Amino acid sequence: MTVLPYLVAVWVLCWGLYGIVTSRHLFHLVLSLGVAQAATYVLLIGVGYKAGAAAPIYADVPSATPVVDPVVQALALVDVVVEATVAALLLALALQTQKRFGTVDPDELHALKG
Amino acid sequence: MRRSARLGLFGAGAAALATMLVLAIAGLPGFGRYPGPYGDAIEAVGESKTHATDLVTAVNFDFRAYDTLGEEFILFAAVLGIAIVLRDRRGERKRAPGAPGTERGLARPSAALGMVGLALVGPLVVLGIDIAVHGHLTPGGGFQGGLPLGAAVFLAFLAGEYAAMKKVAPHATVELGEAAGAAGYALIGLGGLLFAGVFFQNFIDRGEPGRLLSAGTIPLSNVAVALEVAGAFLLLWNEFSDQALLVVPEGEQGER
Repeated sequence: MTVLPYLVAVWVLCWGLYGIVTSRHLFHLVLSLGVAQAATYVLLIGVGYKAGAAAPIYADVPSATPVVDPVVQALALVDVVVEATVAALLLALALQTQKRFGTVDPDELHALKG
Repeated sequence: MRRSARLGLFGAGAAALATMLVLAIAGLPGFGRYPGPYGDAIEAVGESKTHATDLVTAVNFDFRAYDTLGEEFILFAAVLGIAIVLRDRRGERKRAPGAPGTERGLARPSAALGMVGLALVGPLVVLGIDIAVHGHLTPGGGFQGGLPLGAAVFLAFLAGEYAAMKKVAPHATVELGEAAGAAGYALIGLGGLLFAGVFFQNFIDRGEPGRLLSAGTIPLSNVAVALEVAGAFLLLWNEFSDQALLVVPEGEQGER
């Protein structure tokens, strides 16, 4: 099946979104966002793959070896860093929400005015 | 909006999204049939141009070095944002670092935990440096190596008494390290502008591929970014630990 990795990316994205929508806790919500974003790693690495090619590291293979696309792998690295910082920033906001409103359930926050 | 209504709306939206994504995927070239051209171009000239054997690092710190500068400042800005969000609120008190007394709600770490934590500090520092300085040769680099470096220092914090350790490695020092890393990477870019006429041009002799001292500015960039990442994550963990360990909640105001 030649599209299976891409379908995995869609599946992971939809589960992450489902987690965000049904979340009853801001911490769970941030983790769900991380799941949704993990779909981009699968997609990026998936589109860069060449059948039969090696990793784009020439440390132990001859320079003529076909390798997979290093650009998407570099983008995945950027993605990981951004995901970690966004998660940390959101968790900081969740922490202050708990202090300010005494709850981290998004449904209860909806009723509160701040 | 009611929960059931929201779920229904999500169900309809998600079904539409999934349908469109599956249709989009049907138009993609099959898995393993890479269409190019960027990966092929880097594959053709990457090693001969940069003399780095890890093409991912070559992309990050040479071909896309300017974008990596932006990425680095995303990290910098996010940590700044966290420090602002977690600033002292009105009516909130913080225990002074190194103040006498036990830390709130947490017993001192057991001797075994403290020992294992301290024993891991050395290996983690070595691992972090190893990953960072070999970034242009084997998988790794500044971002990947900076995390173990920061974790090593944080482990020392957790193995000892957190508040007391903060006196040994104060906030200002960590901030200085982070800023030096961020500025160092930008200076490497300016060096390219000064010595080779193009921002982030690799202006140092590239040496022999596969050697530790090769690939020109790439190892230097890795070291600068490792410093920045270690500092950034250390600051981030400190901000959260301060909240858990040092901030006195409003309910306990009259305690001292």
